[in-house]
Amino acid sequence: MSAPSIVTDRMTRHPSDSHTLERYLETGGYQALARALQMPPEEVTGEVKAANLRGRGGAGFPCGVKWSFLAPAKPAYVVVNGDESEPGTFKDRQLMERDPHQMLEGTIITSYANGANHAFIYIRGEYPRSARRVQQAVEDAYAAGYLGSDILGSGFDLEVTVHLGAGAYICGEETGLLNSLEGRRGEPRLKPPYYPAAKGLYMKPTIVNNVETLANVPWIIQNGGEAFAAIGPEGSQGTRLFSISGHVRRPGNYELVMGLTWRELIYEVAGGIPGDRALKCWIPGGASAPWFVPDDHLDLPVTLDDTAKAGSMLGSGAVVIMDETTCTVRATERLVRFFAHESCGQCTPCREGCSWLERILRRIEEGAGREVDVDMLLDISDNISPGLAWPPRMTTICPLGPSAVSPILAITSYFKDELMAHIHQGGCPLG
Amino acid sequence: MVEIRSPSVRRGWSESVRARASEIVKQYPDPRSAVMPLLYLAMAEEGYLTDNGMREVAGAVGLTPAQVRAVASFYTMYKRENPGRYLISCCTSISCMLLGSDEVLGAIEDESDVAAGETDPEGLISVEHVECIGACGGAPAVTVNYELIEGMTTEKARELVRWLRAARPEAIVGAECQELFGGRRSFDWGPFDRDSALGPYPAFGPLGTVSGPAGEQDG
Repeated sequence: MSAPSIVTDRMTRHPSDSHTLERYLETGGYQALARALQMPPEEVTGEVKAANLRGRGGAGFPCGVKWSFLAPAKPAYVVVNGDESEPGTFKDRQLMERDPHQMLEGTIITSYANGANHAFIYIRGEYPRSARRVQQAVEDAYAAGYLGSDILGSGFDLEVTVHLGAGAYICGEETGLLNSLEGRRGEPRLKPPYYPAAKGLYMKPTIVNNVETLANVPWIIQNGGEAFAAIGPEGSQGTRLFSISGHVRRPGNYELVMGLTWRELIYEVAGGIPGDRALKCWIPGGASAPWFVPDDHLDLPVTLDDTAKAGSMLGSGAVVIMDETTCTVRATERLVRFFAHESCGQCTPCREGCSWLERILRRIEEGAGREVDVDMLLDISDNISPGLAWPPRMTTICPLGPSAVSPILAITSYFKDELMAHIHQGGCPLG
Repeated sequence: MVEIRSPSVRRGWSESVRARASEIVKQYPDPRSAVMPLLYLAMAEEGYLTDNGMREVAGAVGLTPAQVRAVASFYTMYKRENPGRYLISCCTSISCMLLGSDEVLGAIEDESDVAAGETDPEGLISVEHVECIGACGGAPAVTVNYELIEGMTTEKARELVRWLRAARPEAIVGAECQELFGGRRSFDWGPFDRDSALGPYPAFGPLGTVSGPAGEQDG
């Protein structure tokens, strides 16, 4: 793939020291910041809007539009979401470990554009190496005058605090993250009224952006929003980091221009399946995303909109490949177990429903399933996500519960025979 | 800064830990936001999160101990029962499961004679299974005191347990463990750092929990 590389360029060309300030400065680092500080803040936002940079954390919301929603009240805050925990996703870890200054420069520019004088970088507790690298970058940036008071003589001040999470997926949900950052249980807040842009951290206007989203910002300021928007298909502009894992020859993070097909992504980029076994199905965008199958989806273009039209999402960019040896009941049990474990417990349909789903799936996998269990799986799912539609309708505050429904729909539609075989044969037919 | 409310509330922590706690509290507009880092500080101080540690945190940020407990109980990394010196966390989420994590966990449990969720009688090794740790490209993966080892096999997992028992390292250096026991990684890390973890909590500078030459590279 001859993709232009934006966020992984430096770490690819300078693998030994891409994380250091010295290398960052030698390769054009902090020049975008200098340029941004010469621009009126709304012009910076204008460039990001023109880029049509859509959020890389999961929801895909246009970043510049998000910024323009920020309420005028002060103080305002910028929060970097580095709580990467969607199963299958490991891209932000690479960005934080290998090029922390790039993300930090994006954070400083974002703070300037939004009039924030304090930014927080929330990194999941299981990523201490990322946190150490980012902390070092922050300290070096302070020492070099890219953080603190009167940055580069512009009169703009910014403090940055690196904050560690402590093992809770739900803190990747932006309002759960804000509660966590306030020293509370990481329970999501109801939207409305608690849209972060209006009532965010400490009930002040707050921008929450994903690590990869912010890592793109310096390039956009240096090269212009139009140049970014010229890369890739309409609505999926720029490049995107895909975390590819599971049954592939070359798992890893790949920075790609969207618009290639899933066939190309799986067989060319990731090298296909070991032993040339057959592809059974794949998750196109993290554990929350409805599954894709070869017959229906292999030649669809990998874009945000095409994926949404086909009833799934690119989500966090995590592609999990499952070959013909995979027991889809077991895979579903494992995914649903995750959501049951990570449910914060606020909303009954999610708290109770996810663990019921998990127990029923385990029963089926272990050979004690009954035919009525299939209806029960769907009934419980319908209680969490009425109508079982995509995008999901919710009986919950946040989308965690409805996410557990995605794999249930896959095994009750695409893999119904396999599910029934578990029940009729009293165990897994794949052994 | 919140005033120390009574000397009895602050018993236990040394002056240096209190000084570090004050530095952390200053990083936030609202002292309450320091609860999470201070809970780690409390763990580092006593090896795990005790009632006394939670009282100290409460005093430092102006909450009640019950409020601090309510926060601590939400997050899996705050261990309120004494874990072993080495916490082995085995990822069993989807990508690791597809590539054999259940067998890796089984090997760790068998070799250590510690079931997931338990600690050995000596207090040396704890084993747990965890949800996705963001190492899916190097699946299956485990961490020891949150330092990552990717590309595990059942045999390497057994070697890891035997090595921890025999070598009893002062601190866990992720780079060293990856070299000794790991295989394929999620991405080319470039240089490893030689920072190391002192106990079953994250090794992070502001918490004072990093051992070894911070920032030194081994190329």
